[in-house]
Amino acid sequence: MNNLYSNVVHFRPSERQQKLRRWKSYFVKLALGCATILVVTPLFLVLYFLAKEGASSLTVDFFTQLPKPSGEIGGGMANAIVGSITLLALASSIGIPLGILGGVYLAEYGNETVNYWIRLCADILNGVPSIVWGMVVYAILVIPFKAFSAYAGGLALGLIMIPLIMRTTEEVILLVPQSYREAGLALGIARWKIISSIVLRTALKGIVTGVLVAIARVSGETAPLIFTAFGNSFWNHSLAQPIAALPLQIYTYAISPYEDLHHQAWAGALVLMLLILGINIIVRFISRNKSTT
Amino acid sequence: MTSIDNLKKRIIIGTQVIKPTVSVIPAFEIRNLKLWYSQNQALHDVSFDIAANQVTAIIGPSGCGKSTFLRSLNRLHETIAGSRMEGSIKLFGDDLYLKSIDAAYVRRRVGMVFQKSNPFPTMSIAENVLVGLRLNGVNDQKFLKQRLEESLRLSALWDEVKDFLDRPGVSLSGGQQQRLCIARALAVQPEVLLMDEPCSALDPIATMKIEELIQTLRTKVSIVIVTHNMQQASRCSNKTAFFYLGRLIEYSETRTIFTNPLNPQTEAYVSGRFG
Ligand SMILES: Nc1ncnc2c1ncn2[C@@H]1O[C@H](COP(=O)(O)OP(=O)(O)OP(=O)(O)O)[C@@H](O)[C@H]1O
Ligand SMILES: [Mg+2]
Repeated sequence: MNNLYSNVVHFRPSERQQKLRRWKSYFVKLALGCATILVVTPLFLVLYFLAKEGASSLTVDFFTQLPKPSGEIGGGMANAIVGSITLLALASSIGIPLGILGGVYLAEYGNETVNYWIRLCADILNGVPSIVWGMVVYAILVIPFKAFSAYAGGLALGLIMIPLIMRTTEEVILLVPQSYREAGLALGIARWKIISSIVLRTALKGIVTGVLVAIARVSGETAPLIFTAFGNSFWNHSLAQPIAALPLQIYTYAISPYEDLHHQAWAGALVLMLLILGINIIVRFISRNKSTT
Repeated sequence: MTSIDNLKKRIIIGTQVIKPTVSVIPAFEIRNLKLWYSQNQALHDVSFDIAANQVTAIIGPSGCGKSTFLRSLNRLHETIAGSRMEGSIKLFGDDLYLKSIDAAYVRRRVGMVFQKSNPFPTMSIAENVLVGLRLNGVNDQKFLKQRLEESLRLSALWDEVKDFLDRPGVSLSGGQQQRLCIARALAVQPEVLLMDEPCSALDPIATMKIEELIQTLRTKVSIVIVTHNMQQASRCSNKTAFFYLGRLIEYSETRTIFTNPLNPQTEAYVSGRFG
């Protein structure tokens, strides 16, 4: 006989207690189900309206044509789609390297006090309204060069990306166990090579996820583009000139007085939404496989 | 020629290290070694010689400074903020702590295997073995291939993995992973191999394999092994150093330490009466 368990009382709930328990469990499930529906409904409403209003305008023309002069029916958003991609590429070329380097610095170098202040700044910057970024770039790039430009728009979006990517990169790098760094050091490998070839490689999926989330976040930004990229009804031929972007075009069309343009705005919003949805699905896919590392 | 050029040449040509007459110059000459973590002194005035081409066991109760001592031999303690060291350590006559000597250079000559096996998770078996060479700038494919097989054979892993060198290193069993880490350390051709409780996470059979491995390796590299396992120390080492509270209490032939120690504290520890 085991002493440790000798005085265990075998507790069996009565029929009534069991019934009560089942009811409680049922009500909690119901409440949770309602909460879930409340959360998911707006998302489906948005998708439903976008599809209902925009789907009819999602024609081949929409993807291949320039906007028609105001008042005319038809045309498309080809220039805005290409413009958005251009702006995202410009933003990424600024935001990704600086964000990742900053994250590596925070995680691997620097001292406690300096890092504390950098983190604080990054967190504050993450909370800055995006229009403020537009104003800053307006002041430092648009006014001195006396021109709205793709560069200015890309810079504004890129600046928004930096603190976002920096913080996620730092977090995933800190998750890489110290023992890998020690193993590298014990092989006589230089510190920066350990970081670039071992630590970053181990954290790669997390970093890519962070980058994609940042791209998804800025791809819908409108405010910082208003006085930087400015928008353009035609093809952009030089990055030093104003460039169209989906969110800007949506804005312009949505406030125009024409029914047809309203539908195009819905269609633009649908494309934007699908783009972001696509990025999020890729992110899900990447982070699902994360457990393999 | 600087010593670093020397090393590069050694790695590239793949020649054996030329050690001056083994019996005369010890692998390590440790003199008045003191080590602090911030205010806390972890090692007090440790002085002794570690002979070349032998297995030296370091034993002692938990927290007595065994790992700290081992890490001072390849300057790995320097990565811990607030650590400070005094005294001198020579490796085959070269002072390891000269200002002009790069810690990375020291670590290429003094390899290390850790308590918990730690193959790089993103790398295949082959990449794991060769990472030390590749990231130190060796690109000669023929040489790399040859080192790969040589290192895996030395660590008694070749026959088990030769048909799937491209599989992830972490797909191996615990014991195999530890031998993979040994292969990885051997690939850069260190003169000394430090092992910090390499078998403490392994089952008896995997442990036996590593112990056999240590016996074959000792003709090629000098080995310093930290262990909590008295049988292991007595089975596979030539000399044993007993540490207690950061001090070297006794250092002598393993047989003497286990059968006829001079110091009563050593006697008490090896007979299991404390620790
Ligand atoms: N990173 C560190 N920072 C501060 N103090 C440390 C650090 N590592 C070890 N110490 C201290 O140094 C002393 C020696 O520790 P060490 O790890 O060398 O012991 P050990 O003999 O290897 O013990 P074990 O057998 O448990 O591995 C201990 O008092 C410990 O608290
Ligand atoms: Mg230890």
